[in-house]
This record gives sequence, C-alpha cells and structure tokens, in this order.
Amino acid sequence: MKLYEYMGKDLFSSYGIAVPRGRMASTPGEAAAVAAEIGGEVVVKSQILSGKRGKGGGILFASSPGEAGEAAAKILGGTVQGLKVESVLVEEKIKIDRELYLSITVDGSAKKPVLIASASGGMDIEDVPDEEIIKYHIDPFVGLQPYAAREITRRIGLAGPPAGEMNRLLPVLYKVFREKDAELVEINPLVISGDRLIAADAKVTIDDDGLYRQKGFPRVEERTEAEQKAHALGLSYVQLEGNIAVMANGAGITMGTLDTLQHYGGSPANFLDAGGGTGMEETAKALEILLETNPRVILINIFGGITRCDDVANALVKVKKEREIPVPVVIRLVGTNEEIGVGILKENGFEAYRKMDEAAAKAVELANRH
Amino acid sequence: MAIIIDENTNVIVQGATGNQGRFHTRQMLAYGTRIVGGTSPGKGGQEVEGIRIYENVFAAMEDHRVDASCLFIPAPFARDAAFEAIEAGVKVVVIITEHIPVHDEMDIVNFARQKGATIIGPNTFGIVSSGKCKIGIPSNRFFVPGPVGVVARSGTLTYEIVANLTACGIGQTTVVGLGGDRVVGLSFVDVLQKFEKDPETKAVVMVGEIGGNQEEEASLFIKKMSKPVVAYIAGKSAPPGKRMGHAGAIIERGRGTYEGKVKALKEAGASVAALPFEVPDLVRERIGI
Repeated sequence: MKLYEYMGKDLFSSYGIAVPRGRMASTPGEAAAVAAEIGGEVVVKSQILSGKRGKGGGILFASSPGEAGEAAAKILGGTVQGLKVESVLVEEKIKIDRELYLSITVDGSAKKPVLIASASGGMDIEDVPDEEIIKYHIDPFVGLQPYAAREITRRIGLAGPPAGEMNRLLPVLYKVFREKDAELVEINPLVISGDRLIAADAKVTIDDDGLYRQKGFPRVEERTEAEQKAHALGLSYVQLEGNIAVMANGAGITMGTLDTLQHYGGSPANFLDAGGGTGMEETAKALEILLETNPRVILINIFGGITRCDDVANALVKVKKEREIPVPVVIRLVGTNEEIGVGILKENGFEAYRKMDEAAAKAVELANRH
Repeated sequence: MAIIIDENTNVIVQGATGNQGRFHTRQMLAYGTRIVGGTSPGKGGQEVEGIRIYENVFAAMEDHRVDASCLFIPAPFARDAAFEAIEAGVKVVVIITEHIPVHDEMDIVNFARQKGATIIGPNTFGIVSSGKCKIGIPSNRFFVPGPVGVVARSGTLTYEIVANLTACGIGQTTVVGLGGDRVVGLSFVDVLQKFEKDPETKAVVMVGEIGGNQEEEASLFIKKMSKPVVAYIAGKSAPPGKRMGHAGAIIERGRGTYEGKVKALKEAGASVAALPFEVPDLVRERIGI
C-alpha cells in the first residue's frame, strides 16, 4: 500500500525526522487557511500516488494565502500524471542549499534491506549515474548501527553539521522501514538547509502482507472497484482492456493463460488469480465479479493442485442456477478430482477441455464470432 | 540421484493437524515421502494419517533424524515456525505459506544462511524428486522419473509444464518451486548449479516470469553450463506497473520486462518457448530424444 506524501511525512515526523511545516487540505479555502497559519511563501503540492508531479503542473508556489487558495483551486479536482487530485499538501517553502537522495528498500537478490543514497538528489534515481549511487546492504539481525551510518555519511561526502544530522537520521529511517513493515521509504530530495537536513518529499510503501499488524494507517485505495471486490475475497485481480474474462488458479498459470490468449489473437479483459486453495464459495463469487465486467466470453483455466476440480465445477453450477450466464463459458479442467469435476460439468451442460491451448483458441473464436 | 531431497530424506510436517496439513500429509505419504512425524503445539501425542504428532520440532528430533520440514503454518506464525526448524537443525525447510510479510521473509532467509539451512519458498508448491520424495502440494500423478530438472517461480504453471513433459514421455529428476515472493530462499542460479552437478539431469527447464532480475542473473550462469536449458517466461502480455498475482511479478520502471529476460536467456544459449506447451518439443530438440 502506497502512502500519500502527507501521510509519509506525518509518519516521518512521528519518528522525529524533520519535514517542512505544513498540512493537508482538500479545498482552496483550507489551503489558504494553512498558508496563513504558516506565513510567508508556501508550496502547494498535489497528493497523488505517483512521482514527477512538478512536470505535470502538480506543484505550485504561492507567496500569500490568497495565491495558495488559487493554486489549490487550479490543482484540486484536476488530474496530474493521469490521476485525479483530491487533496493538496500546503507547506513552507524551505531554503535549499543542496539536494540529496536517500531510500531503503528490499533487495530481492541479496535478500536483505538495501539503503541507497546519492549526493545527487532531486531527480529520479533511475537517471543518476551508477558511480554516484551508494548502496549499503543491511543485515536484518544487526540493523543499521551508528558505525554504518557514519560510513554511509562518509561515502556521501558530507561534513560539518549536516554530517551529524545524517548520522542521526539514517538509523531512524531504518527504524521506520523495519517497524512499519515498509517495502520502501524514500526521501527525494533530502534537503540540506543551513545546518539542517529536511525531508522535502516522502514516498512510503507498506507491505500489503504486513498490514494485518500495522493498525495505525488509513487505508489508501488505488484499485478499481472490481479489483477491490476480488481483493476482499482474497483473490488477485487486475483489470485489463480486452473482452475475454479470465479466471485461473495461480499467478503463473494466469499469466500463461493471458499470454496464450494473446497468441491466438484474443484480448484478455482481466487477470484473475483464484489462488491455490480457493473453495467453492470464493470461486462462485469470483465468477460473479467476472460477469459484472460484461465480457464476451469467460475462460476458466484450472490446473487443480490444492484447488479441487469438483469445487470449481460445483461453483459454476451454483452460479448458473442462481443467475443467467449470458455469455459462453469455456472451461479447461484438469488435476485433483478431475473426473468428478468433469462429470458434474457434463451433467449441467458445460463442456470441459483438457488442453489449455485448445480452450484458449476456442475462447478467442467465440469472442470474435459476436 | 536427484537434487536437495531423495528417497532417504526424512520429513516432518509442521502444522500437520490443520486442514491443509492433514490433506497434504496424506498425499505426500501416498507419493512415498518418508514422513517421520508432524508438529502442532498443544497436540503432542495425537496421530494424523498414522503419523505421530509432536509438540515441536525439537521433540520430533529426539525420536528421529529429520532432514527436511514442510510448513503449513498461517502467515503470522510462519517466521516463528521456520526459526524453530532452523534452530533445531533441520537443513531443508519448505515453506508453502503465502502472504508472509517481506520483513519476516528476510529474517527467515538470513537466519537460514547463518545456520546453513536451505529454504524453499515461501509461497511455493514445494519440491519433488520424481518417484522418490515429494515435499509440498502438487498433485501426485504428473511427476515421473526422467532426465529433466525443472525450476520455477510459480506453482500451477509448473504443473502445466510438468504434465506436458510427462504426457510426452519426458520425466523429471527434481522439480523445484522457488516461490512467487520477492524474497525467497533459493534463486534460479542456486538450483541451476545443483542440476549442473547432478549426473542424472540431462537438461533443465526453467519457468520464469516478469519482474525482478533473477532470470537475467541466471543467464550469466547458463552461459557457463554444459547442459541445455529450455525456458518459458510468463507475463508477455502483462502491462507495466501492475502486480500480476505474485508480489514479485511486476514490471517497475522499465525493469523486469518479458523482452529483456528473453533476450538475456537467448544470448546465453537457452531455448525459449513462446507458450507453455511448446516446452516438451524444445527439450526433445535439445537432448535428442
């Protein structure tokens, strides 16, 4: 789950990391009031779950509360980087002497947290040349100790009061990363302003699998309605552009099914992974989700491991009994309890395929027939 | 020969008294896996499928040599259970559980490294040395002995490919599920190295997917291998920025793309199947059967 910038800054602030004075506002009036409270020049920043806001007109400067209100009016309700803006962050404009980059994320190859720092901040880290990037892996059982902080500070090349600030900041940032089940904590830019270090931006992603033990966060939703419904059932759903609704069991085989459909000239409407051990009720609900997206054809591809073929067949029969299924359903069903499952399907007027390519080809043919 | 597990591997099932644990204990026994015990705190002394349940891994190890453990433990308790097995001295820990927090996964894998244990998973179907030992959840019927090693990131797609191989008369030495999460115990390279050394394995099938750079790292090793590799990469049709089911299956900032992986693999000398069911023909071509 990605956090909005203002949430990330509130989180940083609660750990004692310096951020610019400011507050979130959702109307121009509120924005003006926050600007008046801060006094002087302010920045009005659109709150969306994407970077590159500056280039998209999502960050404006204002020198009075009136101007701040106008800036908020320009941004609010509009779109930046294709995303609707529902709130802005109004904060003091800070003096920038230098911009640094700092983040901690999960390195899947090293299987450890990795701290990434650069003396070249303010731009996308992907655009910073490798030789200007410092990577420091952290052993989860050691944590980020003071000696490591001093070493990272030395490598960045800081001296004087900002170096001392950096030595204090690094272990705290790691603490946030670890305690909050974060996948990413990123400060870009981390601003040197006089003797101080200030987090001028905050990008935080919390591990969805860790959310059950992270009670303090408001839920940020970036999924579509169908994606949310599927998620509530414990299923993984991604909306796509095509007209063949797809359900399979397992992420890999679902991707493989989409690839196969595309190979035969078809266009998948979605990615729906019904999971490895989904029972009949969940499968029936998943089918309902697919039907609501008004596809031309539904393709079900089940290779039963934990999932039992009879459960899938019964789910389909249940949905058929409860409501009309107005589109053709193509089913490929093999694996655990296959004979029972195929038998149930036959009794209820469904045909089952054994091969994935045959089922995919059939689904494409039906989708193109209409 | 086979890799990691064989007919002499003694296995315990952690969480054997739950629904999944019970069902798959029965399936594994039917496959011929030597299950010497199960664990379930508070249920020591009970029996499941004729297997003795112990209070914990330590207690099981007082009675048996234990080479491997299979975890059917809910995500919030998986780290503790994995630590227990590692601390007790189990050398192969297979973690079926999905949705374990990534910080817990890093802890498990790093602790295992300290203690010299191998972690398979999390979020894996497990590992099968065909005809010898199955630790995990795949259906028993598709895994038959033969010359091909299989290593994969995803479960059902692997069953699909293994079933196709078996239907074409091509059996497997060992089939390893790395797991679909961003942090897992083994990488493609770790397993490819073992297959390269295994005298029975004549070719390797690698089932990858979009996201991360594991397939690219594997390519560097494939270049040096004496045995042929056939690969299939899932997710050709996946849009960027969307997580395709697996936590690791996401194209981020132009990295982890299908095209990049296929290019690296082909340059390393691997054959790449465009679709899952093309794999057996490519294997035949490469090993001349």
